[in-house]
Amino acid sequence: MNVKPINELFKKELVVINMGLESFADNLKDVGVKVLQMNWKPPAGGNKKISSLLSRLGR
Amino acid sequence: MILKKILVQKDSYYDSVFLMLINKEVKQFDGVKDAVVSMGTDVNVELLKDMGLANEEVESATANDLIIAVEAESEEVAEKAIEAAKELLNKKKSESAESDEYRPVSLDKAVEMLPDANLVVISVPGAFAAREVRKALNMNLHVMLFSDNVSLEDEIELKKLAEEKGLLMMGPDCGTAIINGKPLCFANVVKKGDIGIVAAAGTGLQEVTCSIEKFGGGITQGIGTGGRDLKNSQVGGRMMRMGIEALKNDPETKVIVVISKPPAEDVAGKVIEALKETGKPCVIHFVGLGAGKQEGNLYYAENLEEAAGMAVALSKGEKYEKRTFTIPEEEVEAIVERETQNMAPGQKYLRGLYTGGTLADEAMILFEREIGNIYSNNQTKPELVLKDPHTSQGHTIVDLGDDVFTVGRPHPMIDPSTREERIIKEMEDPEVAVMLLDIVLGYSSHEDPAGAILDSLKKAKVKAKERGGYLSIVTSITGTKGDFQNMDEQKKKLESIGCVVMPSNYQASMLALKIIRKVG
Repeated sequence: MNVKPINELFKKELVVINMGLESFADNLKDVGVKVLQMNWKPPAGGNKKISSLLSRLGR
Repeated sequence: MILKKILVQKDSYYDSVFLMLINKEVKQFDGVKDAVVSMGTDVNVELLKDMGLANEEVESATANDLIIAVEAESEEVAEKAIEAAKELLNKKKSESAESDEYRPVSLDKAVEMLPDANLVVISVPGAFAAREVRKALNMNLHVMLFSDNVSLEDEIELKKLAEEKGLLMMGPDCGTAIINGKPLCFANVVKKGDIGIVAAAGTGLQEVTCSIEKFGGGITQGIGTGGRDLKNSQVGGRMMRMGIEALKNDPETKVIVVISKPPAEDVAGKVIEALKETGKPCVIHFVGLGAGKQEGNLYYAENLEEAAGMAVALSKGEKYEKRTFTIPEEEVEAIVERETQNMAPGQKYLRGLYTGGTLADEAMILFEREIGNIYSNNQTKPELVLKDPHTSQGHTIVDLGDDVFTVGRPHPMIDPSTREERIIKEMEDPEVAVMLLDIVLGYSSHEDPAGAILDSLKKAKVKAKERGGYLSIVTSITGTKGDFQNMDEQKKKLESIGCVVMPSNYQASMLALKIIRKVG
């Protein structure tokens, strides 16, 4: 079982992208983690069918 | 006359926790009977239809459209309430705009801005989460997936992808993790040490990590897997086995702990095999499974606190001393005596009112084993599932974090009002002898969880006294000295109104059991 990237992560400083609830980013900042909050919006204007289609197309 | 007013604002996305807080404020508006402020997801639109708050515009809304629906006593009140909601939302928008950091809309852009990023925390609505996880894994980023409502098919596919790439995919529905000492989502500030944990149970991981610190130990990593990882044969405990493998290779980790609700049989076998191969001492807590057993490097713990106690003993090379209470037996007996002496005849039932799912399960399984017939919304025995989760019957242990309580409102760990309402309801029942509660501290939890329910607990005690009885309230605090809520203050608050505060959920449950046995 390949888990090399996980063991590499254990040796690194955690650097986080937060997609969604903003409070999770605030908490991380509070403990000194470098974090970037995204301004996430539902894809395809929130239309689930088109969104899943785009996802399958790799977009 | 009741008046309904609905506003749909196209292309205005806000996150659900923020909208729930606004919703709460609008509901409290004088003259407002009911209100919903939410995004137009399928679930929310259905909910609005059921409430009679849907029009054509609502029915065609998408997850990117904001809906404000108000039911009020007059047009004027309804309009004012909608204006107030808009104002709160605008305030938020201008606050975000003022912050000087640019917020990328896409993951590609985010990685461009933060090229050394190594983990993505995803908490977007479940219907959209899988595609974001897939993107992140394909960009070789580890993932913590907090969102629930992700399909089993997606979970299997994403975990297979994570396995191929050797990446963490913690979740879906993973609420707690501690990676490199950093608490993610709902987690506590725990000292570093040499114990590594993989858990398929959020508050279970919180209780174990906090107990490890209490016993003088510390942790390397706390990896979450999401609750379905071991329950479903097709998911097959993939993330737990990868976590175990990583902890096996980690030179900092001396002892490994795994926690899960009872796994599917074939999955349990695979996990145990993986643990054997680590060659490191391993503590297993599969809620009730094999408790007390030891096989080679594997030690089976009966409860969450014991899992922590065993791990700390193993890490220090000491022998683990099994005991139920960490406070002297005489003290326990004195508490039982004090808590029961003024109860009225007919007070006999337990009411466990939990915010933490794993903690509720731990109490339920213990009571089920010791006295049986425990009603709960988490029961696996169909005849003991609460007919109405909002109403207790006999001995009841209720998990207030369950979906039935959280549709359209925040989790009770964030917003204590669900539990407050339940305490007020329970206090009318003269047959209640003991209320058993968890107080969960740590990041993302309410800033003062004990203080927030103190008034209602006090009222419940007074009510029982007025009836000529006594209500026993037994609690435990899941937290550490490092948590921002101040654990000592939380304890003092509870004790100031006569609540018993035990050192762990297991000990609180055992004490409640002794009280119930004495009066029952």
